[in-house]
This record gives sequence, structure tokens and C-alpha cells, in this order.
Amino acid sequence: MAEKPRLKLPKEAKKGEVIEIKTLLPHIMESGQRKDKDGKAIPRKIINKFVCEFNGKPVFTANLEPAIAANPYMQFFAKVDESGTFKFTWTDDDGTVTTAEESITVS
Amino acid sequence: MRAVSRRNALAIGASGAALTFIGWNDRASAAAKEAAEQIAKFTGGVAAEKSKVTIELPEIAENGNTVPLSVSVEGPMTADNYVSEILVVADGNPNPGVATFRFSPLSGKAEASTRVRLATTQNITAIAKTSKGEFFTGQKLVKVTIGGCGG
Repeated sequence: MAEKPRLKLPKEAKKGEVIEIKTLLPHIMESGQRKDKDGKAIPRKIINKFVCEFNGKPVFTANLEPAIAANPYMQFFAKVDESGTFKFTWTDDDGTVTTAEESITVS
Repeated sequence: MRAVSRRNALAIGASGAALTFIGWNDRASAAAKEAAEQIAKFTGGVAAEKSKVTIELPEIAENGNTVPLSVSVEGPMTADNYVSEILVVADGNPNPGVATFRFSPLSGKAEASTRVRLATTQNITAIAKTSKGEFFTGQKLVKVTIGGCGG
């Protein structure tokens, strides 16, 4: 079951403004390095890709490795020239996709 | 996975040969060698200029399980000149790859922050690629008191 992402970005901005976006997805980010009590390696299971698009165009993409800490936090920027919708997508190793959207009014 | 071009193979081979000559044969060295290979593959052997890239990390990370990391690269981020990718590697982790960030002129700034796991005291290296095919790099040493790989 996918967890609920947390987003922080402004609801309004001026045309041409560069805004800051913060995102967090609760996720164990099992690196594949840990061993269980019997000494067997716990298999890797991480979010390996994060994409932020604005009105369908890519703004920021991250390919993530097991070195990213649990509950992956991504902070980045976007330059907004028009109103629209940000779409955020997280992809798990097992193919599960989690998405979230947030609108912004640009004047 | 795309085939390794001859130019990339030469770059990877050259770095591997150079490191073997020095006698790298333990796990820590294996990580550093793999980090160098990932960098060589990213740049295709093109030399990266040591400028424009800033890495923010605490000098001492008390808990290697979650260490805040920020990378930023100076640049106009206009359609004809923008940072397109930043590769981040950790030369002391069992798997040196940390992340690859991709930007476009819509990013506004070539800057990203996240939190990483670090196994031990090591260097974090960031290599930035621009739309003009130029490469810039920066590096920061971080001391880790309690390693974060759970091993």
C-alpha cells in the first residue's frame, strides 16, 4: 500500500518567480545491505525514481540509489511562468507508482 | 542498457588500470574505484573543471543513517545554457552511487537537497553536466561517527 506523500510549495507566485518545492514520501528505502536475524541479506526495495512535472513538462527528476535515506526527502526549485499543476511521481523497485498533484496560481 | 562506447571503455579501462597499478585491493578501495568508474562513464572521459559546484554537508555527521546533503551549480539555466544533470557519488559507501539529478530551464536553479546514508568518513563528489557539454565538479569530505549502512 502506497504511503501519502508530503508536499510543501506556495499556492501563488509571480510570473517568472523561482519557487522552492519540498517533498517527502514515507518509505523504508531498504538498501539491501541490512541482514535479518538469521544473517540473510534483506532484499533491496527503494524508490528509484522521482519526477516533478509542471503542466506536463519535466522540471526536476532524480534517479535514486540505496544511499538515499529512508523517507526520501527531495527539495528543489521550479521557475513558473503560468498557472498550472505540479505532478509528482515516485517509482518503487517493485513497479509501484505513487503520485501527487498540487496547483499553483501565477499572476 | 546502452553498449559502452569505445571512448567510454578506454576511459574506464584507463582509470581501472591506473588504480590497479597503485594496488587497490580492499573493500574501501573497491568503492573508490567504482566511484571513479561511475564518474568516467558520466563524463565520457571529458575532464571536469573544478568550479561552480557547491556541496553542503555537515563536517561531522553524527548519524550516518540520515545526513542532509545539498548540491548547487552556478549557471544561467536558460534554454541555450543550463545544467542538465548532476551525478553524486560517495566514495566510501558499499555502492558509491547516491543520485543523479536532472534539470531543465524550468528548474530555475540547478540545486537539489536530500538526505543520504553514509557508511563511513568519505568524500562526496558531484559532477555537473551542462547543455553545452561542459562538466564541472566539486567534492566535500564528511566525517561519519556512526555508519549508516546497517551492516
